[in-house]
Amino acid sequence: MSKTTNILNLGTSPSSLGGMFGKVYQSAPAILLPIIGLLLFLAVWNGVAKTIDTSLGQFPGPAQVFEQAGALIGEHSAQREKAEAFYERQHARNEARMAQDPTYVPRIREFTGAPTFFDQIWTSLYTVSVGFLIASIVAVPMGIICGLSKSAYTAINPLIQLFKPVSPLAWLPLVTMVVSALYVSDDPMFSKSFVTSAVTVSLCCLWPTLINTAVGVSAIDSDLINVSKVLRLTPMSHLTKIVLPSSIPMIFTGLRLSLGIGWMVLIAAEMLAQNPGLGKFVWDEFQNGSSESLARIMVAVLTIGAIGFVLDRLMLLIQRKVSWDKNSVLR
Amino acid sequence: MQSKHLELAQVGIDFPTPKGPFTALTDVNLKIDKGEFVSLIGHSGCGKSTVLNIIAGLHQATTGGVILDGAEVRTPGPERAVVFQNHSLLPWLSVYKNVELAVKHTMRGKSKKEIREWVLHNLELVHMTHALDKLPSEISGGMKQRVGIARALAMEPKVLLMDEPFGALDALTRAHLQDSLMEIHADLGNTVIMITHDVDEAVLLSDRIVMMNNGPAATIGEILNVELPRPRHRLELADIPTITITDTKC
Repeated sequence: MSKTTNILNLGTSPSSLGGMFGKVYQSAPAILLPIIGLLLFLAVWNGVAKTIDTSLGQFPGPAQVFEQAGALIGEHSAQREKAEAFYERQHARNEARMAQDPTYVPRIREFTGAPTFFDQIWTSLYTVSVGFLIASIVAVPMGIICGLSKSAYTAINPLIQLFKPVSPLAWLPLVTMVVSALYVSDDPMFSKSFVTSAVTVSLCCLWPTLINTAVGVSAIDSDLINVSKVLRLTPMSHLTKIVLPSSIPMIFTGLRLSLGIGWMVLIAAEMLAQNPGLGKFVWDEFQNGSSESLARIMVAVLTIGAIGFVLDRLMLLIQRKVSWDKNSVLR
Repeated sequence: MQSKHLELAQVGIDFPTPKGPFTALTDVNLKIDKGEFVSLIGHSGCGKSTVLNIIAGLHQATTGGVILDGAEVRTPGPERAVVFQNHSLLPWLSVYKNVELAVKHTMRGKSKKEIREWVLHNLELVHMTHALDKLPSEISGGMKQRVGIARALAMEPKVLLMDEPFGALDALTRAHLQDSLMEIHADLGNTVIMITHDVDEAVLLSDRIVMMNNGPAATIGEILNVELPRPRHRLELADIPTITITDTKC
C-alpha cells in the first residue's frame, strides 16, 4: 500500500521533481493513474474472489483467469494443428487417387472440429457487423427523412419511442419464429441462428442512429439552408452538399451508440439463439459447469469488454476520417 | 415614368402565432433603380431583415409583392444573391470550393476552365486569392465575410442583398470591407440593398437611406437621399459638419 501512495505523490506534486522531469511529469498522470486504477481493481477482485465459494468452486481471481486465457489460446492452436493435419491427409489421399485415376475430381471435406474461442470471437464480430450494417442502412436514410420533413418525424416518432426501450430478449422469440418460417432453403447460405442473432441486433441498433440522424439533420443551420435555396440546389445536391456534411457528426454519434448497444445485445441473442459466438461460449461454459468454467466465462467477459472498446475506437477513427471538423473534440 | 428595376408594392407580412397572426410589416412601398445602393436602417426587430428576406424570396409576402425587371419574385434564386450576417460559408468546404459551389450551380454550361477563372476572378475582387485552400474555420471573420461577398458576386446577381454584412466585425476590418465594397460597386454597378445599424456606414455607402419605423406593423418612415459625390472617401466626409452631427445623434 505504501508503494501506491508513493506513486500518487509523484503524480500530484510537481515541486518534488526536478525540471528535468517536467515533461515526464506532465504525461505521467495520464499513464500512471490508469495503471493505479487497474492495480487497485485487481487487488480488490483478488481479495473478494477468495471469499466467494460457489457450487462450481471458488470464484476465479485474476490468476485463474489469466491461466484460463492461456489455456484457451493453447486449445486454439492445438485445434488449428489438427485442422491442418486433417487437410494435409485429405490432400495426400486425393493426390494418390488422382494418380491412380486421372478422371477423379477431388473433393475437399471441411474440418468439423468444435469452434475454438477465437473462432467464436470471429463469429460474434461477423454477426454484429452484419446486424449493425442492416440497421445503419435502414436507420440513416430514415433519420434523414425524419430530419428533413417534420411530418415524417411526427408520423414516425411514436413508433420510435414505442420500440426503442424494448429489450432484445423480448424480440428474440418472435424473430426466431419468423426466421424459421420465412428463411427456408435447402442449402442455406447462413445458419438460422446467425440470421436470428443478426436481425435481433439490427432491431435494437436502429434507434440511436435513427434518432441522432434525425436530430442532426433537423439542426442544420438555417442560414446554410437559405444558401441552398438561393443557389437553387437540386434536392440531390442539397442532400450531398449541405445535409450530409453538416449532420455527419450526429450520424456518427448515433452509429457509435448503436454499435455499442448492438454488441451488448449480440451476446444475449447468441446465448438464446445458439449462434456459435461469444454468447454461446458463455452459455456453454455455464452449462458445462466444470471447476474452470467461471474463470473461462471471466475471460469471455473481459474479451467482450475489450472488443466493445476497440469497436468504439474504430468508429471514432472513421468519424475523424469522414468529419470535416478536424478540430472538434471527439470522445 | 418608366418602370423601375426593382419594385416593392404594398408589401406586408403576417406571421402566425398561437395568439393569432402577427403583422410584422404593412404597406412597404419602394422603387429602386438599376445600380442604386440602398441602405435599410432601423431599430432591431423592426422588420428590416424581413423586407430583405421577402426580396430574396425566402419569405413570402402576405399582401403586395416584389417585382424585379417585370417579373414577380416568388422563390429564392441566384439573381438575388444574399450576403448573410454571419457569412454562412459551408464550413466543410475550402474558400475556393465555397465559391465554386455557387458558380457550378448557378452558371450551367460553363467549362471547367471557365468556372475556375470565374471563381478566381471573384475572389480577386475581394482580395482573397491568397487563402484558396483554407477552410472557413482557418480564416478571420473579415475574410469569411469577403468570401461570402465573393460567393454572392459570383452568381452575377441583378440585386445584391446584404443583411448586416459587417455587423459582426471589428471597426478596422469593417472600414476595410466598406472600402472594398465601394470599389466593387463602382466597378460592377450592381444594385445593392444593405441592412445596417451603422448610420456612418449607411451614409458612406448609399445613394438612398430607407429608414423604417418600429414594429409591429412596421413600414418605411422616411427616405433620405445621400447626395455626396462619388468616389467617396471616409476621411474627407468626416470633415463635413452635417455628417458629424448625424454621427453624434446615434
